[in-house]
Amino acid sequence: MTVVFDGIASGLLLFLISVGLSVTLGLMNFVNLAHGAFAMLGGYICVVLLNRFGVPFLAALPVVALVSALVGVVLERTLYRRLYGASHLDQVLFSIGLVFMSISTANYFFGAQQQPLQLPPMLSGQFNLPGLDIGVYRLFLIVLGLAIAFALQWMIAGTRFGAQLRASVDNPRAARGLGIDVDRVFVLTFALGSALAGLGGALGVEMLGLDPEFPVKYIVYFLIVVAVGGSGNIKGSLIASLIIGICDVAGKYYVPQIGAFVIYAVMVAMLIFRPQGLFGRTAAK
Amino acid sequence: MSAVLETRDLSKQFGGFIACNNVSLSIEAGARHALIGPNGAGKTTLINLLTGFLEPSAGDVFLKGDNVTHLAQHQRVKRGLVRTFQINQLFAEMTVLESVTLSVCERLGLGWSWWKPVGAHTAAIDEAAELLATLHLLDVAHTQTRSLAYGRQRMIEIALALAAKPQVLLLDEPAAGVPTDESRELFATIARLPREVTIVLIEHDMDLVFRFADKISVLVGGALLTEDVPEVIAKDRRVREVYLGEALDG
Amino acid sequence: MASVKLDLAPLRQAAAWHWAEYAFWLMPVLAYFAFGENLSLLSQIAIAALFCLSLDLILGYAGIVSLGHAAFFGLGAYAAGLLAKYGWGDPLLGLAGAAAFAAAAGFVTSFLVLRGSDLTRLMVTLGVAMMLFEAANKLTDFTGGVDGLQGVEVKPVLGMFGFDLYGKTAYWYSLAVLFVMFWLARRLVHSPFGLSLRGIRQNVGRMPAIGAPVNGRLVVIYTIGAAYAGVAGGLLTQTTQFVSLDVLSFSRSAELLLILVLGGTGRLYGALIGSMVFMAAHHFLSDINPQYWQFWLGAALVVIVLFARDGIMGLLGKLPVPGRKPS
Repeated sequence: MTVVFDGIASGLLLFLISVGLSVTLGLMNFVNLAHGAFAMLGGYICVVLLNRFGVPFLAALPVVALVSALVGVVLERTLYRRLYGASHLDQVLFSIGLVFMSISTANYFFGAQQQPLQLPPMLSGQFNLPGLDIGVYRLFLIVLGLAIAFALQWMIAGTRFGAQLRASVDNPRAARGLGIDVDRVFVLTFALGSALAGLGGALGVEMLGLDPEFPVKYIVYFLIVVAVGGSGNIKGSLIASLIIGICDVAGKYYVPQIGAFVIYAVMVAMLIFRPQGLFGRTAAK
Repeated sequence: MSAVLETRDLSKQFGGFIACNNVSLSIEAGARHALIGPNGAGKTTLINLLTGFLEPSAGDVFLKGDNVTHLAQHQRVKRGLVRTFQINQLFAEMTVLESVTLSVCERLGLGWSWWKPVGAHTAAIDEAAELLATLHLLDVAHTQTRSLAYGRQRMIEIALALAAKPQVLLLDEPAAGVPTDESRELFATIARLPREVTIVLIEHDMDLVFRFADKISVLVGGALLTEDVPEVIAKDRRVREVYLGEALDG
Repeated sequence: MASVKLDLAPLRQAAAWHWAEYAFWLMPVLAYFAFGENLSLLSQIAIAALFCLSLDLILGYAGIVSLGHAAFFGLGAYAAGLLAKYGWGDPLLGLAGAAAFAAAAGFVTSFLVLRGSDLTRLMVTLGVAMMLFEAANKLTDFTGGVDGLQGVEVKPVLGMFGFDLYGKTAYWYSLAVLFVMFWLARRLVHSPFGLSLRGIRQNVGRMPAIGAPVNGRLVVIYTIGAAYAGVAGGLLTQTTQFVSLDVLSFSRSAELLLILVLGGTGRLYGALIGSMVFMAAHHFLSDINPQYWQFWLGAALVVIVLFARDGIMGLLGKLPVPGRKPS
């Protein structure tokens, strides 16, 4: 049971980070392999705020989200937008370039070592139920993750912005004709995705660790979520994240010698057996 | 005359939408057969089913008496069933001569040959050049396809199909988007094709259809409405209603 | 219509060797004398060029994007290493083994990349490469895991030329293999088969309609590309007498893409020139500071994608050189 619980926690963490990727991919059709770099950025901001400026963890989180969003906006305005119509290969190359740059920048400022993060006392520790050890921080992750998932689903499906977003993606020209400011919609979407990634990165320092290789180390996980869940699909991402989180934790717990192999196999199998179901649709349909 | 291309109860469903409904069609060897019908009548779907681009939900396709329903597209091409596309499907970065040579090479079974350069396959190149000559494309033989005007590109669309030496040629709105004078030349070229080549034509311009076709099938809502010689179709009240209805609505 | 008035020379002679190509292949010979103290770097360039050539065949010609091409490089490297370690140290035999092993893997996995969008292909190739990486990481009995495969003993080439400390044999050997493989690839891309690959890349939808079996073509070229990568990996093993786990790493696949894009895709010389520029830059810049190197590498990638998508060959092609003929 503990394995399942931990799996759910790590799944929700995965969801937080990957949902931004899913949105940029599904709604803007942009393959942003540098997505993990935004998560890493969030992680480092969080660590700096905590360790250097003594900001409390919970207060640091909104700041992290905000700064990540800002960086996202700046990059979207200056670089990403030029490649919206480009081939996926170009987008991949471009974002790998950003990944390399982010890795060496992180290396330059923070060195190659893991960054320590001290959680506040109220979020650490665990309590025990019969057959189940519940880490407080993991419980916190689960609650927060679910809250954000529902908020996102509501935003995409139920708000005016969500409708504009879906319209812009479906047919940018028609959306423009209807008076929707498509550029603005994309910027906001990108900012939101970056903010969530940053937030996820900050929350993930404790579980995933944080070092300059972070964007490369976890990119496959983020991609799997998108592959399994279907791009641009919030509910799908959530379910996929949970499955992967549980599989991963269980795999590492029960069959450590196979390690991450399971996860890659799941991804490839998923892509082979349901490729159209995964990418042959957009979120609007 | 005998049927060279035949469908029996051919159907295609996309989810709940029936794009092709129990179509039984028989195209005779050497025919100039037109498929007409209002937009969304399922003409292109039918072509896609005939050529194997789509798999039918039910029914069969026969080519020269053989059931080809489950053959892949390229296998049907090898048996002489070749199509053109409503929207140009060309090789943008190749020269015109290269594109046509590519198609000729595939027909000659050279597609796997990897040792000798294309330029050494003289027969293929000569044949491609001859085809370009008959289609009045010699002046652009060494021009990149993408830099040609639309009308000429439309001609290359046909050249690629002809290079495959079709016995049955399916033309999906060959003159779509081509200016009138060029479209006349295009149809003159099609009309000059030898009678051994059976032609199935989708076309919206009724003047062209009635001048060109010796048999017309009318599709409406995915189903075959009627089929006859042009003179009869021209007088058919239902056909007029379909077209007048469309004209009045649109 | 027996005599058509058309000059067929441009197509007939498209595959003829151009003077610039002869000049190009003189360079590595001159480099041997000019940079004699840097032979190991020159060998690395030749190996990178061969590896890059393999990606160019599948990506530049057939249009199959891959983010995991290092899988085949790594398989070849380990195959050659294990063969040599367990007594079959003949270099050419080792390369044949590397090629066969990588080709077998390429053949099997080719069916995974036949269908699907670019994105699916990118992720499938990435996933396959990561699986192999994990497998090599865990199978320490075979591969040595993170410590690398040691004890690789390679016999003299053709039984005559032993691998020396200066890397002379290694260089000429790598160069010769590169040239032969390049020459074969050059034949291939100029043949009707090569033309059909270009057709697939430019318009995969039209190919079946002119009678071409697209899937068959893709399986074959993917297998060939894998074999080429395997040979490159085998060469690296034989010239360094060691296999490290990073032959299978993601960064190797990513760097490879960069090299190819830098040089220019769909042109064999793009792969070669890209490797030369990249490896030289790597050598000199990472001497200064390895972390800066990665930064500038990333920056270069961004700039290339945004501003110079055709790579070095594209830029060269714009120069007004008389009689230039890109190949």
